[in-house]
Amino acid sequence: MQGNTSILNLPKDEFVHPGNRACSGCGLSIAYRIGLKALGRETILVVPPSCLTVLQGLYPIASTKLPCVNVTFASTAAAATGVLGALRAMNRKGVQVAAWAGDGGTGDIGIQALSGAAERGDDFIYICYDNEAYMNTGVQRSGTTPHGALTTTTPIKGKPQGKKDVPAVMAAHNIPYVASCSAACPLDLFDKIQKAKTISGTKYIHIHTPCPSGWGFDPRYTVKMGKLAVESGLVDLYEIENGCFRLTGTSKSLLAGKKMKDIEPYFRSQGRFKRLSNEDISQLRRTVTNKWETYRKTYEA
Amino acid sequence: MTNEAVTGKFSYSRPGPGDGGRTGSWRVLKPVMDYGRCTPARKQTEACFLCWLYCPEGVISREVPPTIDYEYCKGCGICAEQCPTGAIQMVEETGKDPKEE
Amino acid sequence: MHIIESGNVAAAMGVQLSRAQVIAAYPITPQTPLTEKLSELIESGDMNAEYIPVESEHSALAVCIAASTAGARAFTATSANGLLYMHEQVHWAAGARLPIVMCVVNRGVGAPWTIWNDHQDAMSQRDTGWIQMYACDHQQIIDTVIKAFRLAETVRIPVMVCYDGYLLSHTYMPFEVPDSNRVDGFLPAYEAERFLDPENPANFNTVTLPEPRPDLQGHTMPGYMEFRAMLQDDMRRVLKTAADIEETFAAQFGRGSDPYIETYRCEDADYIAVCLGSLAYRFRDVVDDLRQEGIPVGVAAVRLYRPFPDQAICERLGHAKQLIVFEKAVSYGYQGPLCADVKAALYNSTNDKEQRSEVSGYVLGLGGRDIKTLDLLNALRTSCSPQSASAPLQWLGLKNQE
Repeated sequence: MQGNTSILNLPKDEFVHPGNRACSGCGLSIAYRIGLKALGRETILVVPPSCLTVLQGLYPIASTKLPCVNVTFASTAAAATGVLGALRAMNRKGVQVAAWAGDGGTGDIGIQALSGAAERGDDFIYICYDNEAYMNTGVQRSGTTPHGALTTTTPIKGKPQGKKDVPAVMAAHNIPYVASCSAACPLDLFDKIQKAKTISGTKYIHIHTPCPSGWGFDPRYTVKMGKLAVESGLVDLYEIENGCFRLTGTSKSLLAGKKMKDIEPYFRSQGRFKRLSNEDISQLRRTVTNKWETYRKTYEA
Repeated sequence: MTNEAVTGKFSYSRPGPGDGGRTGSWRVLKPVMDYGRCTPARKQTEACFLCWLYCPEGVISREVPPTIDYEYCKGCGICAEQCPTGAIQMVEETGKDPKEE
Repeated sequence: MHIIESGNVAAAMGVQLSRAQVIAAYPITPQTPLTEKLSELIESGDMNAEYIPVESEHSALAVCIAASTAGARAFTATSANGLLYMHEQVHWAAGARLPIVMCVVNRGVGAPWTIWNDHQDAMSQRDTGWIQMYACDHQQIIDTVIKAFRLAETVRIPVMVCYDGYLLSHTYMPFEVPDSNRVDGFLPAYEAERFLDPENPANFNTVTLPEPRPDLQGHTMPGYMEFRAMLQDDMRRVLKTAADIEETFAAQFGRGSDPYIETYRCEDADYIAVCLGSLAYRFRDVVDDLRQEGIPVGVAAVRLYRPFPDQAICERLGHAKQLIVFEKAVSYGYQGPLCADVKAALYNSTNDKEQRSEVSGYVLGLGGRDIKTLDLLNALRTSCSPQSASAPLQWLGLKNQE
């Protein structure tokens, strides 16, 4: 993957004001801060109800230095389409549209509008920050909540179902760019957003976003937790460009032979997984192993 | 017939800091930098800046040396955890001005 | 230019003349020919607009809301369950003070499924803060669409233009197509004061607290309730603005009527039928027949339903002994919404019960139940007798099983 931006090359401009209402150690804050550096000043944001709404602030103060329209929960992608329609109709050039929504607002209630927009090929970047539950409303389970996770609506037995693979759903729409990222790997995220900016059509970027409040770990480990997910082969950094899949960053290194960490420390260090049994972990380990075997057979390092 | 102004008749927010107030007051632990270990501080050049990269609030400056804005720092500790040289320690928040300490 | 066309095409031509810039719509009977016509006009180049084929009505209005926030003139159209599906967005557009125009091609709502005309769909949106106007014929459809854009952009409140599904949407009538240049003079380009703009970054419609809150300069900004109170105040002021716009339109195009109520033989009427939409024009034959029998009866079409022209109702109709409301909707558990609104208006106008008109209500035509002129005649004749007690809700045309 081209790019490979280093810390010293990152734009210095900040697009988010401090003193906002995000939790201490919020993974979204990192992704949002670096993501907006990648998007740049000529951007209109579209945001549904989510943690980001809270981060963005209560009337009349906004923490984001970019224009943003707040929309209803199910309509993020449709609203992004609407902004684009207006820009075209009014011949306003040089402005891009980026939607930022949570996992629920993307893969559950928002999937219909997103699918419609992808089918139309509407030219915006859709960024899903996946903290794996409806965190803003108090940690209720969502489609992307992983198997076994305790949430306030799966409080005793943990989620019985598995994690919905939203990037795969988006890839099935044959859009030109789908990427999987992590808030703990912001330089990889930066490069992917920058690449998405150069592509016409619907671009989808999924960011695995550790959430200390909802996942049950000390906020100081947000980045460490996110990296651990990637280093254990659970969360993969990849891009699918015109249907062509390739791993990036640490995931690419794992494919090339870098030693993969075991998954157990990731699960055992989060309060939400305390109901996972050893059998559950073994099952998950097998799933990850199988996935990587398939990767090795299918893709070159 | 002129159009009636709609300014002020719907929710319209302007950018600025401190929507959540002085979020520095959230802290229980406070990051303190040891410039003896901090790479850009020691080498007196732009280098590392991992603390600046990972700070969720963006309250660490990308300067030589990096400084922390304690007005808004929420004390998450990510900077301390991610610093490769252990130059940042989380110490108990006493409520005193760090310069006094 | 006079043409003979369907009500849906009349609406589409109104949208074309109004130079809507962003159109998002989802097909639903009986609105479909309207959006089909717009697609044809855009694809052929006869209309310069962005047509967005959305995947649901909820998204249709979402597109319009976002497009309007970005500064474009936006339009959508729907019926029945499609309108219900976008209900959340209907509230949103009003609270966001966006000058969107929507045609509602009136159709009954499920369950059970119906595709035929009644007013339950638009009635369900009555309290959302949208201006709601009803057209009685094709000329009014095309004219009202154009006036709606002007009104919406003047007061920054979205406008719903309602017309009867099938009865108007699919029937063919002659009407005049306003001259395009004259429409441009009447309806200048939309200029949003505030819109999404990287040069002027701001966050639109974010969470607003119950209490007022200072901004960064220390000015106290409204809380949620203040915004809603502003919407209410501005809605009431629409009564004046709608009248002004009606006057301007009449001066420029040579036709128009009362902005609130269109009356027929009401001035000396003791009994007045009150209704919405095309039914009012059907009543004119009934009124003429009863007048021949010596019964002093008239019919009033309510053209502007929200904001409710309570004062006009009282002034223009309050002299009658009885008002008989014929409507195609019910507020289940109570009575017809128009009937209740009329009564409330009269109640507020005078405390003297002797002075106040009696009000009766009929519900008819639900799910497209055929309305027979003879039934209208008999019902009105019955209600017009001095012995007839006012009944809050009677069904007309109901066919109970034997």
